[in-house]
Amino acid sequence: MTVPCRTEELMIHIIAGLMAEGPKGETRHIGCGVLSPIPGSAALLTRHKAAAAGKTIKVSIIGHGAEPYRTDGGVDIFDCAGQGRLDYFFLSGGQIDGEANVNLLGVGDYPGTTARWSGSFGSAYLYFMVPRVILFTLDHSRRTLVETVDFISAPGTSAENVYRPGGPFALITPRCLFMFDREAARFRLASIHPGESADSIREHTGFAYDAPDDVPVTEAPDAATLALLRGEVAADIAGAYPKFAHDVLGAA
Amino acid sequence: MQTTDAIAARIPDGAKLAVFKDRSCAMDVTRALVRRGVRDLHLVCVPTSGFQAELLIAGGCVATIETSGVSLGEIGPAPAFARAVKSGAIRIMDSTCPAIYAQLQAAEKGNPFAPLRGLIGSGILDTRPDYKLIQNPFAEDGRDDPIVALPALAPEIALFHAPFADEAGNVWIGRQPELKLMAHAAAETLVTVEDIRPGNMMEDETLAAAAIPAFYIAAIARAPRGAWPLPLPGHYADDEAALREYAAAAKTGDGLRAWLDANIHGAPASPAAAE
Repeated sequence: MTVPCRTEELMIHIIAGLMAEGPKGETRHIGCGVLSPIPGSAALLTRHKAAAAGKTIKVSIIGHGAEPYRTDGGVDIFDCAGQGRLDYFFLSGGQIDGEANVNLLGVGDYPGTTARWSGSFGSAYLYFMVPRVILFTLDHSRRTLVETVDFISAPGTSAENVYRPGGPFALITPRCLFMFDREAARFRLASIHPGESADSIREHTGFAYDAPDDVPVTEAPDAATLALLRGEVAADIAGAYPKFAHDVLGAA
Repeated sequence: MQTTDAIAARIPDGAKLAVFKDRSCAMDVTRALVRRGVRDLHLVCVPTSGFQAELLIAGGCVATIETSGVSLGEIGPAPAFARAVKSGAIRIMDSTCPAIYAQLQAAEKGNPFAPLRGLIGSGILDTRPDYKLIQNPFAEDGRDDPIVALPALAPEIALFHAPFADEAGNVWIGRQPELKLMAHAAAETLVTVEDIRPGNMMEDETLAAAAIPAFYIAAIARAPRGAWPLPLPGHYADDEAALREYAAAAKTGDGLRAWLDANIHGAPASPAAAE
């Protein structure tokens, strides 16, 4: 049985579902960068569900003050990625295009003459090294999901001679879930959230993508999952994102 | 034992200055630098910065910034940084976090460069002629295996705030190993601390593991709450209200000037300097 939930909670539930298994069997280690409360909550939900099944997943949330989520400073998470000790990571972007190129830097001629954002952070490394990078955005519009990014902070695909164990796995938005086909270098519409249609997704997406004839509706979380999310996960994510935990998940 | 103003006085115009993320930042010294009107700094952000770089840019102190990003975190974008980059008022050398760490590690070892995976196909590589593509000399069977070579990065000065130092001049950094990397890579390191403790932490195995030996430290000043309004991990959180007030004011040039007049130029000297 499913119950009504917020879009953020639906996104967290979907992401957690994607991470139930890892690229090589069981998921071992999930990393989350800064400004990522939805991925962070999804990582913790995955961890709590695995724990209920007697399995241990390590979650490293940059900016989380408490063990066991604290990393050994910034160097550690990149070294983990370089050695293949990280299964999942998350990236967002001011622009994301149809080949999964991510732009965190700005719009207009370099270095960002129309709009200048913060910068590329760790994306130009982690996108290559982490086997499954999940892209996320809270703005599913033609402004963000563009045909071609103005600046490539991190490329979605690479030439065959480039060492690249990692790359894009999925793209989650408030409207739908896309999965990424690395061979074709294209997104494929996997499910649409309640209230959306194949047409509304196309209307708000600036890049071309593949879609099946019948697109399934995204499965909402069940009551037990929502209770876990609004209880233990909310209390946990408050260590890194107190405002998000309170406003979105209803933590005290 | 020095004052924060004396620490700031050791940072000349044009210095290549390394600063750390958005915590453990020597903000009393940073305010003193803005008040003094230091010019043309080459800011090396390890590997990013927040309010510290934003304030130095807002104060007109920066000519070049080398960084993987500048933002005020959950507070939002860094307005003076964004304006200065857009207008070309400062030169930016965009990078990615592990590249800056690798460049500092090369400097700390005395190596000319460090290799790093990733980056190929990123626009960063196009904008950084000093990042060069080489062939992996150890590739199996002579396989084509390009990899990026990054030049060693040796700041002239590293500046940060730590929980405490001791009478022998050692500095305890806790769980922030990058501060040690900064001290190793820089020609000299300037530190402010919450407190100076008696004794020598190098004689204590537990403390010594998270300490930077006095050998690397050029000067130390005591500055209680010297990272304010940024956090000092394990000691105090950020002052979110103060940061939000800045972010709101700095949305316009006039608002920023008024904020600087009230909070930097017109403000009393730091508490530590007054002691």
